[in-house]
Amino acid sequence: MKAAVVVFPGLNRDRDMIAALTKIGGEAPAVVWHKDAEIPKVDLIVIPGGFSYGDYLRVGAIAARSPVMDTIRDRAAHGVKVMGVCNGFQILSEAGLVPGVLMRNASLKFVCREVKLQIENASTPFTRGYKQGQIIRCPVAHHDGNYFADAETLARVEGQGQVAFRYADGTNPNGSINDIAGVFNEKKNVLGLMPHPENLIEAAHGGSDGRQLFSGLLNAA
Amino acid sequence: MTFNNHIAITPELVADHGLKLDEYQKIIQLIGRAPTYTELGIFSAMWNEHCSYKSSKKWLRTLPTTGERVIQGPGENAGVVDIGDGQAIVFKMESHNHPSYIEPYQGAATGVGGILRDVFTMGARPVAAMNALRFGAPEHEKTKHLVAGVVAGVGGYGNSFGVPTVGGEVEFDERYNGNILVNAFAAGLADTDKIFYSKAEGVGLPVVYLGAKTGRDGVGGATMASAEFGDDIEEKRPTVQVGDPFTEKRLLEACLELMATGAVIAIQDMGAAGLTCSAVEMGAKGDLGVELNLDMVPVREDAMTPYEMMLSESQERMLMVLHPEKEAEARAVFEKWELDFATVGKTTDDLRFRVMWKGEEVANLPIKELGDEAPEYDRPWTAPVPPKALAADDIPQMDVADALLRMLASPALSSRRWVYEQYDTLIQGNSLQRPGGDAGVIRVEGHATKALAFSSDVTPRYCEADAYEGGKQAVAECWRNLTATGADPLAATDNLNFGNPERPEIMGQFVHAVKGIGDACRALGFPIVSGNVSLYNETNGRGILPTPTIGGVGLIPDWSKMARIGFAGEDQAILLFGAPDWWGTHLGQSIYLREMFKRKDGTPPPVDLDHEKKVGDLVRILIRDGIATAVHDLSDGGLAVGVAEMAMASGIGATVNQLDGGDPIPLFFGEDQGRYLVTMTRENLEKFYAEIYPYAGVFAPWIGTTGGKTLKLGEARPVAVAELRKAHEGWFPEFMKGEITEV
Repeated sequence: MKAAVVVFPGLNRDRDMIAALTKIGGEAPAVVWHKDAEIPKVDLIVIPGGFSYGDYLRVGAIAARSPVMDTIRDRAAHGVKVMGVCNGFQILSEAGLVPGVLMRNASLKFVCREVKLQIENASTPFTRGYKQGQIIRCPVAHHDGNYFADAETLARVEGQGQVAFRYADGTNPNGSINDIAGVFNEKKNVLGLMPHPENLIEAAHGGSDGRQLFSGLLNAA
Repeated sequence: MTFNNHIAITPELVADHGLKLDEYQKIIQLIGRAPTYTELGIFSAMWNEHCSYKSSKKWLRTLPTTGERVIQGPGENAGVVDIGDGQAIVFKMESHNHPSYIEPYQGAATGVGGILRDVFTMGARPVAAMNALRFGAPEHEKTKHLVAGVVAGVGGYGNSFGVPTVGGEVEFDERYNGNILVNAFAAGLADTDKIFYSKAEGVGLPVVYLGAKTGRDGVGGATMASAEFGDDIEEKRPTVQVGDPFTEKRLLEACLELMATGAVIAIQDMGAAGLTCSAVEMGAKGDLGVELNLDMVPVREDAMTPYEMMLSESQERMLMVLHPEKEAEARAVFEKWELDFATVGKTTDDLRFRVMWKGEEVANLPIKELGDEAPEYDRPWTAPVPPKALAADDIPQMDVADALLRMLASPALSSRRWVYEQYDTLIQGNSLQRPGGDAGVIRVEGHATKALAFSSDVTPRYCEADAYEGGKQAVAECWRNLTATGADPLAATDNLNFGNPERPEIMGQFVHAVKGIGDACRALGFPIVSGNVSLYNETNGRGILPTPTIGGVGLIPDWSKMARIGFAGEDQAILLFGAPDWWGTHLGQSIYLREMFKRKDGTPPPVDLDHEKKVGDLVRILIRDGIATAVHDLSDGGLAVGVAEMAMASGIGATVNQLDGGDPIPLFFGEDQGRYLVTMTRENLEKFYAEIYPYAGVFAPWIGTTGGKTLKLGEARPVAVAELRKAHEGWFPEFMKGEITEV
């Protein structure tokens, strides 16, 4: 399976993401600079974490309006898998590719710690490496992960199996509604999530619970 | 707008620039006339304490700065140390004390930004950061506000830039009520054959300005940082710079890309005293003159005067000397990252520093005298008188379990989780040990087994009581913390924070602390490769505790054999390495006396440097041989706190014996130096005592055993590990409840 990592100025977990894709997929992803005219033909497009454009405006807002997002929207419409992690999730939600918004953490503080995640829908390309209802460890590191959606959207998201991950065992670090940590689009080929599975994939990280997300994705196609 | 470069230089104007009258006389002698207004600004920027080290230079020269692995010692943007395989670690620690007190968020943020820039200016990609923070008494009206702002600022900049914060210190003492300390450390990795320096070479080459635009922020910042605070402190807010981590991140990527093209001859970041300091340093080091044309400087606002441009401390700016034939290539890199790129001058052969503005020469000064020949003082000092030792029978009594719980819940020893969870500690994916242990550890990316350990240490109350012993102890504790992970301590950076050096007793503290640091560094083979001095940390005549912070780096050849502080399993033996006969004895200047009895008397625990080295070298071997299963050095709070921290980190309890016939208080709470707690399996315990101990020459009694869910110290009542954790984790969040973090 071929993957591409899209980099905007100010993203800073691009190297972590490239390392995870390379180590688990066995092949380095294409790295696409936001101004590059084309994204190569790939099966998976990833927007990693960081602070695109400094996040001086609403988080993810500027990157979401960048021309490369039109290409990503088009690819997603044609079934290409798209994943946004942390700032990537914020960009996808600002671009309207996943439902809901991400607000400042309820604590108003940046938070970096390990949380527990429950797999809410294991029958998608992103989550098939896990069992339904499985609880995994995963780190978070963000200032704006407080997921919110209006009642109608939330009912739809919950009703259509669009919740990918939920913070479990009282570990919600940001006050997100319904403890939501990650959501799919309706077709389940676009995933946005706040936690960083790419930072828990090997012994050096103190665990590898994040690994199946990548192995499930990359070994599939 | 009119700007008069030739206003009369009055004594008041000289004083406003932080220059003494005799220094002003020296300027007149040097240039043979009165300086212009811009020139006066340039002199004040170069000759202030912060930039010139005029009070400290004489003593800094006595520190050991060389060693087998040292590639670059003090004098460059950061120190460079060889870690093998063609790679080097580039690191430094620097203070941002004065600005952080005036404006905590931006002061701390730009402190982090400045130190990161020092590291990547040398061609290194930053891989780790630490922060040593010291605040006033928790009950002081400003403390909460300062803690909230500084921690948010450190996180706001470092998290956005993308460097993991792997360690640091947070301490409270009323002596920092009027002057907090923010000491920021950064380290980066570079190839040994691709290190970049600030020394310019070649005449007639372009001097290029890169990065962010110049604004009016921070004008006079370095001069402000070279004076005491008075009641007019609020008026100094405009001297604090504003940080932009997004630009810094782009500047990092652009600089590393540019360096890879081979275009860079010399590079210097614009830190304190901005354009002035960077241009003068590059020229003076290379025995070259520099001519600047300020009309070419990218500015953020109209009508900036040459005086303001020369003294602006706007952040995220670099000055370089480039190969002219590569200028177009260099420009393309900076355009990609949407950063300013402007040729603002050239190198000359006349050793003059010339500044042109709108066709007028606003400054023309001798560059060497401005830079490396700035004034130097041998300030008078009086030797500090160490306090009296505690009487042998002066042992205030308290229940051991109660004391332990209260100490763990005290501002001094409580968990710093509230702080470090606001820092990204795992970005880059290489963090092997995050804050909370003895040292932060990251693996060296691209190498199968190598890792680097980082620790920042000083015990200011020891330094206040005896600056020489305190200086020694700061180095020894840093060396010990690195050793406790299994690392070979390689080298250190020092950040020396003191009061007003014009007072002989403060200068005496400085001199003695530097002597102590030097002696310890020599004995432990732990050279100082970079550093920073922050003086005048005083408000209305009252100085801070002398605080010579030591930031050290160690090398772990194989991280699969690294040690951590948490107990590794049940029923393992606990040994106390480096113990005196009575395991713990020294209560003078201890946390026990200070926190339980509000007593600050006695001598600090002395450090026997030979003993320190012998014990540490043995512990390191046991870690690397796989015999030690967990290791923790003993420091604040002594044996009781050390063993409690090992229990809390693992959730495993322990039973520690008590020697018969004496007092348990010094045994459990004494702060004797050069000690480690080491655990090993029963099997290895026998092997250790049979095969290694007889030849070790180190006292290492078996003092207890791990297991269960409680910690039992001698005759004291057992305390559940959960109760210890509750006490330990409780204080900080409770203290900060309801704070305002937003800026």
